[in-house]
Amino acid sequence: MHALHKVLEVFFSPGTARLALPDVWAGFKVNLKLMFTAEALVLIFALAIAIVRGLPGRGAAPLRALAVVYTDLFRGIPLILVAFIVGFGLPGLQLHGISTQSNFVYGLIALTLVYTAYVTEVYRAGIESVHPSQRAAARSLGLSYGQALRYVIVPQAVRRVIPPLLNDFIGLQKDTALVNVIGVTEITLQAQNFSNKYFNFTAYVVAALFFVFLTIPLARFTDHLIAERELRERALGQ
Amino acid sequence: MSFVELRQVSKRFGDVEVLKGISLDVEEHGVVCLIGASGSGKSTLLRCINLLERLDGGDITVDGQHLTNGKVDVNALRRKIGIVFQAFNLFPHMTVIDNVALAPAKTGLCTSAQARERARALLTRIGLLEKADEYPDRLSGGQQQRVAIVRALAMEPKLMLLDEITSALDPQLVSDVLKLVRELAEGGMTTIMATHEMSFAREIADKVCFLDNGVILEEGPPEQIFSTPQQPRTREFLARVIEAGRL
Repeated sequence: MHALHKVLEVFFSPGTARLALPDVWAGFKVNLKLMFTAEALVLIFALAIAIVRGLPGRGAAPLRALAVVYTDLFRGIPLILVAFIVGFGLPGLQLHGISTQSNFVYGLIALTLVYTAYVTEVYRAGIESVHPSQRAAARSLGLSYGQALRYVIVPQAVRRVIPPLLNDFIGLQKDTALVNVIGVTEITLQAQNFSNKYFNFTAYVVAALFFVFLTIPLARFTDHLIAERELRERALGQ
Repeated sequence: MSFVELRQVSKRFGDVEVLKGISLDVEEHGVVCLIGASGSGKSTLLRCINLLERLDGGDITVDGQHLTNGKVDVNALRRKIGIVFQAFNLFPHMTVIDNVALAPAKTGLCTSAQARERARALLTRIGLLEKADEYPDRLSGGQQQRVAIVRALAMEPKLMLLDEITSALDPQLVSDVLKLVRELAEGGMTTIMATHEMSFAREIADKVCFLDNGVILEEGPPEQIFSTPQQPRTREFLARVIEAGRL
């Protein structure tokens, strides 16, 4: 009984939770800002890079190679290392405009770099899943390569990859907690500060709950989209 | 000079030589039907004519323009050449009317409003105006194929390439599609059509070409090809078609 009491006291103390809430919430707002800004940037950059990877012709070979190197690199390096490299490296350069940003901006850059690499692959899979006959139909009507992409290929591709995009978005939400390592005062750091001060881990639990309440609805929504699509495809198949 | 001229057109996919030096003339307003077994090269030939496939050899001229000189504006050229595919290939994420209106509006043929107006007129012509705001998967195969035909027509092409456009249709849906093709041909549309509908080819074609293993083995007026074929391979092919009840 004593142990249980201890656990409740150290991890689930209502009083401490109430006390920690303002700080933790203030930190979580930083995470929210990080995740939505990063996600917006990621969706744009990743699509651009996915398109570059699909460019035809020998002339585009260097661009394609560059895109491949980028995605390979940033899918391979752990986010925490990218955060260190960006967060401590860029200020160390002492370059005007680059080295004088806030930690928030460096955290944003690190998250965007890493997640763009993942999402590029998701988009690419989507683009490749559109049957070549769609491109042929678009081109045969006189649409240019770019127009065929914009009006025919990409809209279909994006629709197909919405569930995996949402999955990556959930990953991104959680990983915003990692950039505290370069001093972004987000939820984890707030919770840590609080815990150190009061020798109580309830603040961590409160922080965890914030994430859970954010990601679970999104996960359910993703499941719902997948189920809906399966139903539709089965109906069409008959 | 013929409207379409093919000279020694060859195409290979890897080690497989699909077209082995095909020469063909199509007069303006003419209708040429390509017949032959699956794999004989009919589809590839059509896809070469609007440069969906690159030639490995030979030359194609459409309306006096060489397709193969490398400087040709492929997009401008394709606007003059409509192609309809076996599998319809409508854009599934767009309504019927958007399918038809997209290319004319985006390629600068006309304004968006004009393109929609034109699309409505074309859909009225094929009796599918009430389906204008439906998505393609709500239409029958025959309806989808007719939409695909008017989508190509919306670009006001001077040449239509029809690639086995009834092969994927249920038999009872074929006649509506063929009726539309007949109207087009009677209206003077230059047409090259790969088909397994022999009686239709016989009725509509000015010239029938029998493709076998990447070459035009025999060509001539439909009566000659269907009634007095010269080549044993043509006779054999037609005998099998008759056996299957398709002629």
